[in-house]
Amino acid sequence: MQNTSINFKRQVTIKLADVKLQGALSRLQTRFVEGRAAVIGEINDLQETRTAAAAIRDRVLNDLEYWLLHFEQQAIARGAIVHWAETGADVNRIVAEIAARHGVRTAAKSKSMVSEECGLNDALELAGVEVMETDLGEYILQLAHEAPSHIVAPVVHKNMEEIADLFAEKHQLPRKTDIAELCREAREVLRPAFLNADMGISGGNFLLAETGSVLIVTNEGNGRLVTTLPRVHVAITGIEKVVPTLEDVTTLLRLLPRSATGQSITNYVSVLTGNKDSADHDGPEHFHIILLDNGRSSLLGSEMQEMLRCIRCGACMNHCPVYQNIGGHAYGWVYPGPMGSILTPLLGGLENAPDLPNASTLCGACAVVCPVKIPLPDLLRKLREKQMERGMKSRQETFMLKAWAWLALHPAIYAIATKIGVRLMRILGGKEKLLHHLPGARGWTDGRDFPAPAGMTFRELYKRGVHK
Amino acid sequence: MNARDKILSKIRNSQARTAAGSVAGTVAQTEMRDSYLALHPRGPLPPPLDNLVAGFKERAIKLSSDVMEASDSKDVPILLARYLSERKLPVSGVCWPSLAGLPWSTAGLDIQSRPAKNQDLVGVTGAFCAIAETGTLMMLSGPETPATTSLLPETHVAVLDPRRIVATMEDAWNLMRKEYKQPPRAVNFISGPSRTADIEQTVTLGAHGPYRVLLILAPL
Repeated sequence: MQNTSINFKRQVTIKLADVKLQGALSRLQTRFVEGRAAVIGEINDLQETRTAAAAIRDRVLNDLEYWLLHFEQQAIARGAIVHWAETGADVNRIVAEIAARHGVRTAAKSKSMVSEECGLNDALELAGVEVMETDLGEYILQLAHEAPSHIVAPVVHKNMEEIADLFAEKHQLPRKTDIAELCREAREVLRPAFLNADMGISGGNFLLAETGSVLIVTNEGNGRLVTTLPRVHVAITGIEKVVPTLEDVTTLLRLLPRSATGQSITNYVSVLTGNKDSADHDGPEHFHIILLDNGRSSLLGSEMQEMLRCIRCGACMNHCPVYQNIGGHAYGWVYPGPMGSILTPLLGGLENAPDLPNASTLCGACAVVCPVKIPLPDLLRKLREKQMERGMKSRQETFMLKAWAWLALHPAIYAIATKIGVRLMRILGGKEKLLHHLPGARGWTDGRDFPAPAGMTFRELYKRGVHK
Repeated sequence: MNARDKILSKIRNSQARTAAGSVAGTVAQTEMRDSYLALHPRGPLPPPLDNLVAGFKERAIKLSSDVMEASDSKDVPILLARYLSERKLPVSGVCWPSLAGLPWSTAGLDIQSRPAKNQDLVGVTGAFCAIAETGTLMMLSGPETPATTSLLPETHVAVLDPRRIVATMEDAWNLMRKEYKQPPRAVNFISGPSRTADIEQTVTLGAHGPYRVLLILAPL
């Protein structure tokens, strides 16, 4: 998928004014935020479990080569073919080669954010393979030629009316007006795609080193269908997704669905190992696993390594006041919200996404809900530091930061400047005690007024004993 | 250098290790990794349940599965016939070979022992075991236990021996390790009917898999 993060600020203005989008985003807040809150307490000791989950991910990341090779060895022993891909383009080439080798004409695909990184669908269409997205959300997006706006609920930005119009137009069937009817229509349209597909394409939530298995969590059953019916199965995932043992993945599974959708477990958890046996009635004859790097290895051993713990639950974006107001498309690439604001600059270049590390109030909600304890606000702050060090900030921002730093180091002058500042702002605030414009802070005052200070600084008030 | 070697060398470089030092590792490192795999330690567990069967039923119903109980497996077909007729559902379908011996036709059902096809509307399976913590079935694929039977039909019926209910997924893995050396091609954990919440985050039962899951607890 093309990275358009450079347009972030322009997109934000458009998204904030989009009434339909704002309605859709408010639903996300109630269903996902409240959904998580309702079930996360089921976990016996949440903090202990989060600590254990982070330790499992760290064990792998600190020794990634060993665990990857162990996984590869076990997977090959069971008959899978393991491919390694440095870039998204390499993934596309490998899948096209697999398709050509097995005479594949049609592919049914379950949701995979890694495949979105690669832009796999377009590449396969060019190679003459017809690809059908089968996750309901991804199918809707494929019909509408749109990109996902959330890593778990890809079509969160669309409402039922829009989807009803889209289905009526594309399916040439009477327009449905009810969500259950729309779901049944999609089921009936897509069933033949599963039955006729030569190849099934899935992601992989986890790779199990102990058994050489790919684990996927799904709700709709499409993940099971695309990995059971077609004669070829290709699973695509990132190199960081390895987990040592079945017990380790079980600990992560207590956290993942609860954090993502507020479910104590997803409907299906499928652990896929090797090809079908000669006596089996179902299962693929050929199982290919593609491990994508795409810049992940460069985060190892760096101050950003903790980002690779991510298990893609989406809780950070669901709880982010910025994501809640602008949705996922404004971020300009596959991964939105706090995790995307870190991953996009790291995988696609800080210079291509200069606004993302700053698209956060650092309120800390993301770090509180992250099931694997990624210190997301700290990582965002580190990216901002990098921007400053590399001279990537605007002249105005650099000047302001330097001026503030100088003031902060000179307390006497700081006291005088703030005394003048708050008095001036009180006068400008007038009777309403509100500032409609503030030089250098249009981003703030365009949408709302700035409350005028009371007229004295905190230190003045403190000295007078107002605190008593 | 192929892509595999390049990626592995990037990993080593990022972590400032040499090829020899990384995979081979020191003796202590190797022992640590081996013992971790051999011991596969458990993480924090949920509090133990007093009654596995009651706990399993409660959680399964919460996840929209239907639950029935029989004191004898011979009564399973009668219970299923009642369930299907109450819901005006078709009375024909398929089952796993291990359940072919139940008196289906006596109960007025036409249940054939073969893997499911697309047009089959009822699929009857057993289960390897079930997990009380989440109300989940654990299915192991194989020639006698085809995965499609619990997937293609609109109604999935699982006949489960209550003695095969374990407390946690960790216990289920151990049972699998005890009875089989390695996982089969597909291990599927099933927790209720397929569902989607992609449209307006509204949960709708029956996406691409079954619309309903009936669990019949009966000694097998």
